[in-house]
Amino acid sequence: MAISKPDVLYRNISHKPPETNWMDVPLEIKPGRYCYAADPEPLEYVGMPNPRKWNPLDDDWKLPENWKETVISGMKERLEKFRSFKVFMDICVRCGACADKCHYFIGSGDPKNMPVLRAELLRSVYRGEITKAGQILGRFAGGRELTENVLKEIWYYYYQCSECRRCSVFCPYGIDQAEITIIGRELLNLLGLNIDWIAKPAANCYRTGNHLGIQPHAFKDMIDFFCDDIEEITGIRPEPTFNKKGADYLFITPSGDVFADPGTYTCMGYLILFHYLKEEYGMDITWSTYASEGGNFGFFTSHELMKRLNAKMYMEAKRLGVKWILGGECGHMWRVLHQYMDSMNGPPDFLEVPVSPITGTRFQHAASTKMIHIVEFVADLMKHNKLRLDKSRNDNLRVTFHDSCNPSRGLGFLEEPRYVINKVCNNFFEMPLETIREQTFCCGGGSGLNAGENEEIRMMGGLPRANAVKSVRDRHGVNMLANICAIDRATLSAMMAYWQPDVGVTGVHEMVGNALILPGEQERETDLRGEPLPGKEEDE
Amino acid sequence: MKAINSLILVLALIVIAMLGAGALGIEYLFGVIIPYLAVFIFIVGFITKMVGWGKSAVPFRIPTTCGQATKSLPMFKDKWSRLDNPGTKLGTIGRMFLEVVLFRSLFRNTRVELHPGQYIAYSSSKWLWIFALIFHYTFLIIVIRHLRFFTEPIPGVIVFLDQVDSMLQILVPPLFISSALILVALGYLLLRRFFVPSMRYISQPADYVPLFLIISIVVSGMLMRYVGPFKTDLMPVKELAMGLVQFSPTVPEGIGLTFYVHFFLFSVLLMYFPFSKLMHMGGVFLSPTRNLPNDSREKHHPNPWNYPVKLHTYEDYENDFREKMVEADLPVEKPLEEMAEETSENDEKKE
Repeated sequence: MAISKPDVLYRNISHKPPETNWMDVPLEIKPGRYCYAADPEPLEYVGMPNPRKWNPLDDDWKLPENWKETVISGMKERLEKFRSFKVFMDICVRCGACADKCHYFIGSGDPKNMPVLRAELLRSVYRGEITKAGQILGRFAGGRELTENVLKEIWYYYYQCSECRRCSVFCPYGIDQAEITIIGRELLNLLGLNIDWIAKPAANCYRTGNHLGIQPHAFKDMIDFFCDDIEEITGIRPEPTFNKKGADYLFITPSGDVFADPGTYTCMGYLILFHYLKEEYGMDITWSTYASEGGNFGFFTSHELMKRLNAKMYMEAKRLGVKWILGGECGHMWRVLHQYMDSMNGPPDFLEVPVSPITGTRFQHAASTKMIHIVEFVADLMKHNKLRLDKSRNDNLRVTFHDSCNPSRGLGFLEEPRYVINKVCNNFFEMPLETIREQTFCCGGGSGLNAGENEEIRMMGGLPRANAVKSVRDRHGVNMLANICAIDRATLSAMMAYWQPDVGVTGVHEMVGNALILPGEQERETDLRGEPLPGKEEDE
Repeated sequence: MKAINSLILVLALIVIAMLGAGALGIEYLFGVIIPYLAVFIFIVGFITKMVGWGKSAVPFRIPTTCGQATKSLPMFKDKWSRLDNPGTKLGTIGRMFLEVVLFRSLFRNTRVELHPGQYIAYSSSKWLWIFALIFHYTFLIIVIRHLRFFTEPIPGVIVFLDQVDSMLQILVPPLFISSALILVALGYLLLRRFFVPSMRYISQPADYVPLFLIISIVVSGMLMRYVGPFKTDLMPVKELAMGLVQFSPTVPEGIGLTFYVHFFLFSVLLMYFPFSKLMHMGGVFLSPTRNLPNDSREKHHPNPWNYPVKLHTYEDYENDFREKMVEADLPVEKPLEEMAEETSENDEKKE
């Protein structure tokens, strides 16, 4: 389905809901806003229930016979396993503070994308099927029966929520739609109602170690290919190691960085940095082909699958005998590492509390999890002047920074990337305050929604971010949107191409890679993208 | 429709009180039995709900971080963010204090507007925050003021509160500022549900019922104080109230019908409370996105229901890809030859 032109799409956004009671508005599954159903194979591979071919546009979703009991008993079980879920089902007062905070609502105007109503889709089932008041009073108590149509509606809208938590910042009780979506999707997965763009990467990750299904030799080939490029640009060839036993540190990054532009340039940035650290300070960092995925599409499926995929990190760290783990730039990966990993698969007593071997800084705030973010690690190096940098190589960039949802609202990782950016580039401009830091907007494709077939809703959801970029482009001539998330790098590229085609997308470590002066390097003519460096344009 | 049904429900409650305590003359039911029952249901219901929530597990630390992490490198420490993203228990108490007492999160509220020419504007929108604060605090003051009926002698604090609340000295008896303000706030909260389209769309009877109920309670209370035909002699009311708290209930003569309406509606509010959204009063304290410190990388927090899961180990992985790994010069745990030997050994055994 072709998506309309940006100005047409923008003009047609209406935030006026229909007059009908929302429970009576029939569900319409619109092409461009839903993702294709999961194929049976990936579900079978990880042992998820009800694998089969099905199509959301068909009437028959081939649900298991006892689907209704499965959902209701699944809900009851989760009400006791997650206090968040139980409290959030009970205490919403529908004050509406969250209503216009969701990027999908702002861009689509679909009232069921207001977080409050997205939650009510499930809450109405909770009331109607589980609470006494709802069972007796029905609709008057806001309850409704769980029918196939209700289930379909939950499916449709719970895969139009990117679990970004922006609504939760504004909610007076901290009700977090991400949490409700996570549990809602877990319930849907009990019936085999996953989407292909999540199920396949998750199964790939389980088998090959990464979402893209890159096998070990191919993973190495790709990194070798980046090393070729780096050699061409700098005259120096990094020599990364893989699966090296006895290495001091393990590095794990989302596989998107190894596979998709412009993440690949970020990956080249890592390689240049690690080579520098090895040459200058003897720091021995290894990559793993087994734990070759930082991201976790299990997180978008169920808590259990999240744990199963995440377990590889500690298992691999233990097998290789490293001291601690360094993590690459990624959004939801870092939420899983920060808020879930230690409770699921930790504590990893076989690792050491991370200490920078170069500066001696002890990362006390990672004392239990023993995994630190590459951006905080590098910020510390920069603070101690341990990196030789030539900022001017990034002078052609006028940069703004997109806070990714998870690092900002799940960690509070706000100053670290800004510090690094300001150390490697001279032109940095902030977007309006209501669109950054804890109030940042989603890229439009988080939580496994960066598929091709749902392009319309992605562009709608990306509008608030794109529009904030537009404001700094118009005011300051910004031409580069930096971020620390692999999904951002993929999603924002398409999204900027649609809304603001003259602004590019970069990872922070691509800029670091450009600025970092390798010992003995030749005079660089181009940046990592092969484009002439500032001042070198005439030479062509 | 939802609003009309809710209004009818509340009007029906008023009629019930008027018929019961007036026409049928069963004042004892409305003055003693129902109020006792209401307090009982409120207390038991409230506690049951809180315990029910409390029993549910907190497997993961999921605070919504609304500022720079305090548990980060010292160079990034920001002393204000510790209240929006606390890393310690003390900081978390501070965050909860601001949330409960000043509605911190609601204070952030913004309003989005899409202007022509692809220009999206976010403006600060504090009206909901202001009127929510007014409503909750005036309600609190009014409840405290009412303690004068249940205490003898009346504590100085309550007398003082009375004086401050009526210091404007308009009307006779003097108007309580809190009563006027609560009506304004309730009016705002109700009207936005009527006139803001998205609010009308999301509103449920469960949103209108408490508003109509509380408005009716306030209005009936004010009628008793200010409006001629409804004015009520306070002496017998106090006698009734004191009887209730001393567990020797009596129903004195000469209490007006308006009082029974007022008292019955409040009793209904108490009974309704534990089963309704009004429980946000207790729930806000248990919200895991607010009441946990952001220290999940520093400290181990066990998940009480953590269970072993099926894993794809490195061994499984290497078995799957060993040949390709060896070919690509990737180190392996088991060399290819060993594998070959093992297989042939196995084959021999089979034979």
